[in-house]
Amino acid sequence: MSYITATTLEDALYALAAGPASVIAGGTDWFPAQGDHHFDGTLIDISRLAELRGVSRTDKGWRIGAATTWTDIIKADLPAAFDGLKLAAREVGSVQIQNTGTIAGNLCNASPAADGVPPLLTLNATVELSSTDGTRQMPISAFLQGVRKTDRAAHEILTAIHIPDLPAESKGSFVKLGARKYLVISICMVAVLVTIEAGLVSDIRIGIGAASPVAQRMTALEDALRGLPVTDLPDVVTDDLILGLTPISDVRASADYRQTAASHVIRRAIAQALEGAA
Amino acid sequence: MDKSAATAITSFTLNGTIVQVDPAPGERLSHSLRERLDRKDVKIGCNAGDCGACTVLVDGAPVCACLMATQQATGRKVETLAGLVKADPDAQALMESFQHHQAAQCGICTPGMMVSAVALLRAEPQPTDAQVQDALGGVLCRCTGYRKIIDAVVGAHAADQMVKAPTELGHSARRFDGLPKVDGSEKFGDDVAPAGALVARVIRSPYPSASFTFGDIAAWQAQHPGIETVLTAKDVPGLNAFGVIPGFIDQPVFAVSHIRFRGEAVACVVGDADVMAALDLGSFPVEWTSQITLSDIDDAITHDAPLLFDDRKGNIMCGGFVKCGDADAALDAADAMVEATYKTSFVEHGYIEPEAGFAEMVGGRLHVHACTQAPGMDRETLASVLNMPMADIRIVPTAVGGGFGSKIDVSLQPFIALATLKTGKPVRMTYARNETMQSTTKRHPAQISIRIGAKSDGTLSGLSFDGDFNTGAYASWGPTVANRVPVHASGPYRIPDYRARSRAVHTHCPPAGAFRGFGVPQSAIAQETAFDLLAEKLGMDPLAFRLKNALTDGVPTVCGQVFDQGVGIKACLEALQPAWEAAKTDCAAFNTTSRTHKRGVGIASAWYGCGNTSLPNPSTIKAGLRADGTVVLHQGAMDIGQGSNTVIPQIFAKALGVSIDGLILLGADTDITPDAGKTSASRQTFVSGNAALKAGETLRSEILRQANAGPDARITLESGQVIVTEAGRTQALDLSRLDANTEGYVLMAQETYDPPIKPLDENGQGIPYAQFGYAAHLVVVEVDIALGLCKPLRFVAAHDVGRAINPLLVEGQVQGGIAQGLGMALMEEYIPGRTENLHDYLIPTIGDIPPIETLILEVADAHGPYGAKGLGEHVLIPTAPAIFNAIYHATGAKVTHAPATPTRLRAALKEAGHA
Repeated sequence: MSYITATTLEDALYALAAGPASVIAGGTDWFPAQGDHHFDGTLIDISRLAELRGVSRTDKGWRIGAATTWTDIIKADLPAAFDGLKLAAREVGSVQIQNTGTIAGNLCNASPAADGVPPLLTLNATVELSSTDGTRQMPISAFLQGVRKTDRAAHEILTAIHIPDLPAESKGSFVKLGARKYLVISICMVAVLVTIEAGLVSDIRIGIGAASPVAQRMTALEDALRGLPVTDLPDVVTDDLILGLTPISDVRASADYRQTAASHVIRRAIAQALEGAA
Repeated sequence: MDKSAATAITSFTLNGTIVQVDPAPGERLSHSLRERLDRKDVKIGCNAGDCGACTVLVDGAPVCACLMATQQATGRKVETLAGLVKADPDAQALMESFQHHQAAQCGICTPGMMVSAVALLRAEPQPTDAQVQDALGGVLCRCTGYRKIIDAVVGAHAADQMVKAPTELGHSARRFDGLPKVDGSEKFGDDVAPAGALVARVIRSPYPSASFTFGDIAAWQAQHPGIETVLTAKDVPGLNAFGVIPGFIDQPVFAVSHIRFRGEAVACVVGDADVMAALDLGSFPVEWTSQITLSDIDDAITHDAPLLFDDRKGNIMCGGFVKCGDADAALDAADAMVEATYKTSFVEHGYIEPEAGFAEMVGGRLHVHACTQAPGMDRETLASVLNMPMADIRIVPTAVGGGFGSKIDVSLQPFIALATLKTGKPVRMTYARNETMQSTTKRHPAQISIRIGAKSDGTLSGLSFDGDFNTGAYASWGPTVANRVPVHASGPYRIPDYRARSRAVHTHCPPAGAFRGFGVPQSAIAQETAFDLLAEKLGMDPLAFRLKNALTDGVPTVCGQVFDQGVGIKACLEALQPAWEAAKTDCAAFNTTSRTHKRGVGIASAWYGCGNTSLPNPSTIKAGLRADGTVVLHQGAMDIGQGSNTVIPQIFAKALGVSIDGLILLGADTDITPDAGKTSASRQTFVSGNAALKAGETLRSEILRQANAGPDARITLESGQVIVTEAGRTQALDLSRLDANTEGYVLMAQETYDPPIKPLDENGQGIPYAQFGYAAHLVVVEVDIALGLCKPLRFVAAHDVGRAINPLLVEGQVQGGIAQGLGMALMEEYIPGRTENLHDYLIPTIGDIPPIETLILEVADAHGPYGAKGLGEHVLIPTAPAIFNAIYHATGAKVTHAPATPTRLRAALKEAGHA
């Protein structure tokens, strides 16, 4: 039973390798999960690791440190392709949650309703997992394996999110559907990243969350939209192209409602992305 | 490895001072601040980041202290409200503006709100409404409806120009108890226990219906050093039952062998605080055997359903009935008729302060300090459970962080009282969020069938009403709901031919009890939305239809009660007329161009009888004059945020004829305040207000008699003197020649008021209440057709309060009630076992409540103090039906199942033809 405040990543990795421990950064999912149960394990706090904090340019794209908070992302100077991620950041819990909650925590918690995941899917993000054995990278879609289930091994720490270069003219959007204004778990949410060239959709990526155990890309729909004139888009988004959703019924909405609402939220997220897109 | 991490000591700057603590690994910062550093201004509402009450600044950024490990604060700057108000100019400005706008009601969310607002004001000294909403969106408030909080933050830096309102009756005086709510010093239930108090935790059933047997409790206790005692049913020296209504005292303190709802208590473990915090209650030796569960009314009334109580046949606990004329004949003769059915859901009170308190023995007497709405009833219950004389029990209410009806019933009081009696030591207890949501009372879900007829000229012709109310496992206030509903289900209208029947049905659900309106909000949904359907059939304007049938002076109610004065519903409806006409025009214009969103306007009326239904309901208020010239008011009417600590003194001061500023306020405390009854049924301003008025008048006449002055003489309290002025002649009373009584008063007055009522006969005919209050709400909504989302855009609320003792307090009640009504209409649905937290159970946030315009009408009531009527419950009754009527106006969609969640509203839209 101890609390380890890591001052270097190496320390954190060795502490984790030494035995079972929980890794915390923002703590915004860890504490609620504890409820009123007494914790008597080991905690490794990685929130003070400067190398895990912040958004930076790399030679191949962008790197977001694992312990970067949602507020850091909101405040970061980023191109319009990140607008969806920034809008999602503003919808994570509340200002209080955004001030400490981190992007990697949102991924590791692996909630189907994690607001950060759809925009990261549209950004083709990969996660970097580190351990004393080294590091490995994988797409988010491979990392997230199910409800509360990820590919992270017990001795690994998610250390960064990598985003490959994006076309300069691409624009992101994010639309969240919830039953109240703030502090609300999504009924469903959609992120879109669209690139327009000469009035045509040269690329479009659509990610949807809370409509299946793991957020997913709408690839059939993307394929149908790619290459079309922008003006045609609203009419092409038809329900038969919205495939692969397996929404559940819960206290927030029925499965039927989610299925129907998804197509509307997708249309709105596309429209939002097109506003101001080149 | 970080060297400092190897040591357990954590050091940070707290409100400008470096502090050191020794927290457990991963201890919540909120816990360290409260329990190790005595920073009780940091409030805990949920321990999950769902309510924001514990917001503190860490290096200037607002964070939930419940979601941060204390170790994470190492080396950082932590600021709490109590520290901020001492030095921070933004916090000091907020202190003034929160008081000026009455932005704090109960005050439990206020630290979180103000701390969040400080962070905003540092970045943006002149914020907009939208910026305030974004910055404060993470803090929940259940009392205010948020609009006054927005006003207070937007106007914070206008604070130095704020002129304090006069304090006399009729003016928007600041709350007399307002300062502690904004400087962090208010003491709520969890803030008062002495250091070292033992902690009690309750073993609760995980099953809604079960039998159970204990294993070897003594052996289990022996394995857990630090546990002082374990209490079960056999440790209850008196009656192992509590309740609120004679004949219905049916809820065991500890279940004996059978469980009737999930969360029911079977045992209570008491021990050292650290031991109790680390204790795994799952190891407690109890075996459960799950049994058939009756989850709802339909389950419970099937012919072969098991009985929750053998003597309550068909699981029907009781019923209510009111009949006048011949409803069926009138309906047969009607030219138009509407028949409809409705369902509503369990609604959780959702106060941000979980039940908390402590008990101790003082000089052989039991003292209980806890949050409560009803100190007198708490004492009666404990006397019965403990088999102790009432005189040996003292109830000292703490500040109450929201009640809304649920804190009328006892919750933890029997546990901490028993534990203290058994151990002889102080024992504290605080309910966890899931515990309060599991085990305390809820609003009754209702299933209602209604038929309403009218003549072609719009005159109502018959109304029949049948309502079944899911009263849960135990009686609580279920009988009151059953009695109140048939009296009120007509709405404030003239209906000569009427029949209303209600039943309270037992299920294996949490006890449904008192919640702002006692069943009337549910019945109003049915009656007021059916009215709009009927008006449409008649081709009449909904407002004109209501005006045509509204009660007036001299017209009998459905109980045959005739008021010859004071009936204010027409005044409310007429006050809405301009807004109604304008909104209809605006909505029509919007709808011509918008396809995806449609706007509509809805209205609904309400009436509500103040005080107990046809039962005695006295309040007593005492006041005294000390030899030093100060006047002391013993004010026992519990202020749970609604403002009785302000309203009662305003009434008393007016009656005494003095300025309020010098008054000393005492109470509530059963040792020093006479019983002013419970804070419920919108009765305090009316009933306790009348007692205060009488006490003020009596003390005044005593003073004037001493001065040989006539009734119109002026009394002034200044510099320790009582000055009496009459016709230019001024004299100071010589208080030294008067003997002080045992309480230290040279003059004293104690007066009781009990509203004049008469019992109802078998047809519900009689005088159920001495007065009613009246209301009508108007709301404009915008419906997102594809997604089934309803967004209220603005409210206009007309309330006849008889006389506004404090107009700003009236607005505060109205706005807070509308917020709860909006929640009930659109998002609040408690599902036992599934929504026992504040992220699955949604209450409105600061972004969900639109601007609210309050129109205060003053149709004086002869029974009210200075004409005043009660208000606390009237404020949410019309809200939900007004919203549903607005949705119907916007879209043609009929909402018949509350709340209108996106799923339900979308289904209703589809049924109305919106593909």
